[in-house]
Amino acid sequence: MVLELQKPRPVWQIMFSTHHTDVGLLYLIMSIAFLFMGGALALLIRAELFLPGSQLIADAMTFNRIFTVHGTTLIFLFLLPSASAVGNYFVPIMVRYKDMAYPKLNAIAFWMIPPGGALIWLGFADFTWYATPPYSIISAPGPAADMWIFGLKILGISSVLGAINFVVTILKCKHPDMSIGQVPLLAWAFLSSSLIVLVAIPTFAAALLMLLTDRLGVTGFFNPAMGGDPIAYAHLFWFTFHPEVYVLVIPAIGMMYEIIPRFSRKPIYSKSSGIFAFVLLSIVSFSSWAHHMYATGMSFTEKTVFMLGTLAAVPASGMHVFNFVATMWNGRIKFLTPMMWAIGGIALFFSAGAGGVANAAMPLDFTTHDTYWVVGHFHLFVMGTIAFGTIGFIYYMFPYVTGRMYNETMGKVHFILSFVGTILVFFTQHVLGLYGMPRRIFDYPAIPEWIAMNQIATVGAMIIGVSMIIFLINLIHSSAKGKPADIHDPFGLGGKYYYPFESKNPHH
Amino acid sequence: MGHHSNWPEWIYVGVIIALMVWVGAEAWNVERLVEHVPSDAEVIIVTGQQWFWTFEHEDGTKEVGTLHVETGKAYKFEIVSTDVNHSFNIHDYVVLMDAVPGRVNTVWFAPDKAGEHDIQCREYCGLIHYNMRGKLVVEDPTT
Repeated sequence: MVLELQKPRPVWQIMFSTHHTDVGLLYLIMSIAFLFMGGALALLIRAELFLPGSQLIADAMTFNRIFTVHGTTLIFLFLLPSASAVGNYFVPIMVRYKDMAYPKLNAIAFWMIPPGGALIWLGFADFTWYATPPYSIISAPGPAADMWIFGLKILGISSVLGAINFVVTILKCKHPDMSIGQVPLLAWAFLSSSLIVLVAIPTFAAALLMLLTDRLGVTGFFNPAMGGDPIAYAHLFWFTFHPEVYVLVIPAIGMMYEIIPRFSRKPIYSKSSGIFAFVLLSIVSFSSWAHHMYATGMSFTEKTVFMLGTLAAVPASGMHVFNFVATMWNGRIKFLTPMMWAIGGIALFFSAGAGGVANAAMPLDFTTHDTYWVVGHFHLFVMGTIAFGTIGFIYYMFPYVTGRMYNETMGKVHFILSFVGTILVFFTQHVLGLYGMPRRIFDYPAIPEWIAMNQIATVGAMIIGVSMIIFLINLIHSSAKGKPADIHDPFGLGGKYYYPFESKNPHH
Repeated sequence: MGHHSNWPEWIYVGVIIALMVWVGAEAWNVERLVEHVPSDAEVIIVTGQQWFWTFEHEDGTKEVGTLHVETGKAYKFEIVSTDVNHSFNIHDYVVLMDAVPGRVNTVWFAPDKAGEHDIQCREYCGLIHYNMRGKLVVEDPTT
C-alpha cells in the first residue's frame, strides 16, 4: 500500500499516474467531493419541504432541477466512483497482481468522470434521473437536457471500461497459485458487479442515443406523437438500472465482508455461501426490472412474472445477512468505527429489503408506487446500505492510505448521528408515502400528517448534514495531523487475521 | 470455506423461500380479485394534461378538476394523456394508474361512503406537477 500522505509527492504525479492506488485515490477524493455536493442539494430539498409553500427555493423549476441533479450526482458521481476507488485499491492486491490489467485504460476511465460530472452540473437538467419521456423529449428545456444525456453517455462508457478492467484483472491476472475460490469476497463482489455492468449498461447507452435523436426530432422512438412509445424507454432504462442497484449494493456488501470478520476476530462463517449469493444475485438482478412499471398498464401476467423475479432476489440477499450475523456470533467483536458502520448498514439493508418485499407484492405497490414510500425505500439502500458500507470502508482504509489514524471519537459520533438521522428521514418517508404524498413535488397541501412527517424528515436530514461535516473535518485533519498508524495492525485486532494490504505494490 | 456443517443457513434460506412463496401467492390472489372489473361498471374517461384532469362521464357530461360519483355504483376509469406521462391517483381508494400518451389504461373502483377525497398526479410531469390536483366528490343518491 502506498502511503500517499506520509511520503508527499507533487499532485500532478498522482493525477497523471496510472498506478492503481493513485487512480483509486483520485476516485476516492472525487467521489467524496460529489458526496458533499449532492448532499448539499438534498439538504436544500429537505429545507424546502419543511413547510408547505415556498421556503428557500423560488420556483418549481429550480426545485425539479435540484432533485434531478441530486439523484444523478449521488448515483453516478458518488456511489459508482467510490466503489471503483475501493476496487482500484484492493482488487489487484487481493489477486496478487502488480496493478490493474490495463493501467492506462483505468486512468482513462477515471478521467472520463469529471467531464461527465461537469456536463451534469453545468446543465442542471430538470427531467428526473430517469429522464422521463415524452417529457424529456417535448418539454424539458435544453441545453440542460442534452448536456445531461451526453454526461450520462460519458459516465456509462467509463463504467464499462472500469468493468472490463476489473473482470480481466480478476480472471486473467490473478496469481497462478490462486484458485478462483481463494479470491477474497471483496474481489468476488467486483467480479459480480462488473459482469452485471457489462450486460446491463449497453441497453441504456442505446436508449440515451434514441432519447437524443428523439429530442432532435429526427426519430420518434419514445414520442407518441411520432408513433413511438414511452413505455419502451421504461423497459430499456430499467433493464439497465434495476441491475445497476445490484452493481452498487454488491461492492458495499463486499466491503462489509472485509470489515465484519476482521472486527469480529473470526473467519467468515461461510465463504462459499457468500460467493454463491453474489453469483445468484447477479443473475436474478436481471429478472425484476419491470417491477418499477406495475402502474404503467402492464398485464396481470407480466406483473406476476416480475413480482416472482423480484422475490427471487430475497433469499440471496438474506444469505448475506445470515453470513454476517453468523460471523459475528460468538466473535470477540471490537466496536470501532468501521464495524459500527458495517453493522448499521446491515440493519438498514434488512429494513430496506423488507420494505422491498412489500413493494414487490402487486396490490401493495399501488399504494406505495411514486409516493415518498419509494423515496424512503431506495434511500435505505443507497444511503443506509451502500453509503454506510462505503463510509465504513473509507474509515477502514484510511490508515492504509494516509499512514495515519482518523479520530475514533469523531468517527463514532459521525456514525451515531448518521444512523439516527437516516432512520428519522427514511423510515418517516415510508409512513409519509402511506399517507399518499407523491414524490418529486415542490409544494404540498397543508395536511397536518404530511407537515409533521416532512418536518421530522427535515430534522433528520440536518442531523446527517452535521455528521457529514464532522466526517469531513476528521478526514482532512487526521490525514495531516492524525496519529501515525501501526500499518501492520492499525485497529489493534491482534494482527492474527489476514490483511490484504500486507503485500505492497510498488510504483512501476 | 467452512469445514463445519451449514444446516442452519439452509433452514434459514428455506424459511425465506417459504415466506416469499406465501407473499407471492397472496399478492397474486388479491391482485386477481381487485383487477376483475364488474360488468356493470360505468365508464369515465380520465384525461391528464399539463397540469389538470378532465373527466368525461358515459352520458357525455364533462367535468374539469372535480369528479362527481355516487355510492353503490362501480366505475371504470379509462385513463389517457394528451401530452406527457401522468399518474391518476385517488389515494384514499388506492386508485392508481399511469396516464400514458398513446395508450388507454384502465382501473376501477366502487365508492362506498359519501365524502370528499383528493385526486392527485403521482408521476412527474413538469413544472406544476406538484399542484396537478383535483377533488373526488362521492354522493349518496338516496339522500
